[in-house]
Amino acid sequence: MTATTLATEKLTGIRLPRLDSRFLGSAIKYVALPLAGILVFLLLWSVTAQRIDTSLGKFPGPAAVAEQFDALYQEHQRSREKERAFYERQEVRNAERVAKDPDYVPKIRAYTGKETFLDQIVTSLVTVMSGFLLAVAIAIPLGIAVGLSPALNSAVNPIIQVFKPVSPLAWLPLVTMVVSALYSTPDPVVAKSFLNSLITVTLCCLWPMVINTAVGVAGIDRDLVNVSKVLRLPALKHVQKIVLPAAVPMIFTGMRLSLGVAWMVLIAAEMLAQNPGLGKFVWDEFQNGSSDSLARIMAAVLVIGAIGFLLDRGMLALQKLVSWDKGISQ
Amino acid sequence: MSVLLDISHIDMEFPTPKGSFTALKDVNLKISQGEFVSLIGHSGCGKSTVLNVVAGLYQATRGGVILNGREVTEPGPERAVVFQNHSLLPWLTAYENVELAVRQVFGKSRSKTEMREWIEHNLNLVHMGHAMHKRPAEISGGMKQRVGIARALAMQPKVLLMDEPFGALDALTRAHMQDSLMEIQAELNNTVIMITHDVDEAVLLSDRIVMMTNGPAATIGEILDVNLERPRHRLELADDALYNQYRARVLKFLHERHSQPDVPATKPVENKPDAPQTASAEHSRPAVETVEDAA
Repeated sequence: MTATTLATEKLTGIRLPRLDSRFLGSAIKYVALPLAGILVFLLLWSVTAQRIDTSLGKFPGPAAVAEQFDALYQEHQRSREKERAFYERQEVRNAERVAKDPDYVPKIRAYTGKETFLDQIVTSLVTVMSGFLLAVAIAIPLGIAVGLSPALNSAVNPIIQVFKPVSPLAWLPLVTMVVSALYSTPDPVVAKSFLNSLITVTLCCLWPMVINTAVGVAGIDRDLVNVSKVLRLPALKHVQKIVLPAAVPMIFTGMRLSLGVAWMVLIAAEMLAQNPGLGKFVWDEFQNGSSDSLARIMAAVLVIGAIGFLLDRGMLALQKLVSWDKGISQ
Repeated sequence: MSVLLDISHIDMEFPTPKGSFTALKDVNLKISQGEFVSLIGHSGCGKSTVLNVVAGLYQATRGGVILNGREVTEPGPERAVVFQNHSLLPWLTAYENVELAVRQVFGKSRSKTEMREWIEHNLNLVHMGHAMHKRPAEISGGMKQRVGIARALAMQPKVLLMDEPFGALDALTRAHMQDSLMEIQAELNNTVIMITHDVDEAVLLSDRIVMMTNGPAATIGEILDVNLERPRHRLELADDALYNQYRARVLKFLHERHSQPDVPATKPVENKPDAPQTASAEHSRPAVETVEDAA
């Protein structure tokens, strides 16, 4: 009771914007309507979930999923606790052995507990960003070259058009075999499964960026190109001062599309190849088949969606920061 | 007066799917140091083509352009262009736009301080000193065109080429810009070739007005020397008999060209068989001799 009063006081203490019609309008548009949409969705979800009986029990409603979110977090905390305890024990053990025998070189063993849901999220994020950045490093120079040279465009276009619609699931077996064949050092820096996911992501998200960059570069205002000619800018400076900035809006459009593709591809790739990450989490829960599994999968679905959304927003924010073209739509 | 720029018997043909299209036929013009020459003619008559050939952006099919005794083979800063749509780089400020040009032209011969002073000097010259750190999207059309002019002037060109520089501006801004241009011209005594649609603008600004016939195979129809005292003031000139005479002369030329049925202005490919005829007719006009006289 006292807490509520305090909160109310705090609220009224803040100077609220004047409640004119425009403020009200935007409040409805940006707060009330989305909230209403979410509420209706939750309602429909819980009503529908009640009516679906699966072999693993009823389909999880919002309440069951929320419960699992909490459970997943608790598991994560417990796992961290265990890990800390493991390392503490190891340290004590090593200290004892060193005390007995000063020549002993202590061995540090890594904790090998099961990855928690949060670990899987981090793995997925690292993988998607690595694959995406590799794709950026290839696609943007390639796109600029293709955009600048109509001959190269004619040569490369058929390849792009054929590879663009290929599903990640088709690439994955090939990537797996090639990585196994070529990447066989005894002491690998990164796991093979990580490379598999990464390369699959790269292969799938390369194309939108190449195409958009090429279109952006090819579509530069002729007058700007003429300015560059009149100034006799050397080729490299021409690309740096004129081509690249002019194509930035299109390059970023391509990057946003690609990042969306990358995230979708990654989940599928992890699932199929049993690579660590959110996709594996979903698959493991599916195979596990406990009464909580569906709720945990649903929790993962919501997290995947939320991360995808945040990645897109992040990209948009970056685009707005970098781009001179302030008229970027959502 | 010595000839600075010699546009010598230029033909320009463009390849089209239905064979080559002759845009210009035997364009011949000599321009002296410090002269302000306007090219006037109907839309699509090839004025811009002439300018682009002088700029080096197009290569003439026959004939050539000689600047200061050297043939023009490629674009370069000694023939700076002011484009119709300002062509400022939208991601750079006014200052940076001029800076790009100044660095390219004087990067090796001047110090940083000198370059900064030179950039600021040119922006002040076009009265853009107060807004030099604004981006093109933040300034008006007239201001953008001022920056475009400052950029071109900052290259210290031997010839300043202006492709309908004020065409996209409203009438008031245009008048303002014309006055500014006359001031700058009085100060720097640049050699200028300007394309225009506007008869008043041509008479007000030019030492000579070059009137072009309609395409295809456009060429110089008539050249008018404008012997009005400088500095010129538009209000005083409005009642000036000589000014109005010049004006009428140009208008008459344009009107005659326009109403002449055998000089097609559009559908060039369809009229192609007529083109050589028209061209030879133009060639034999006494007006062409005026060109030679003038030269």
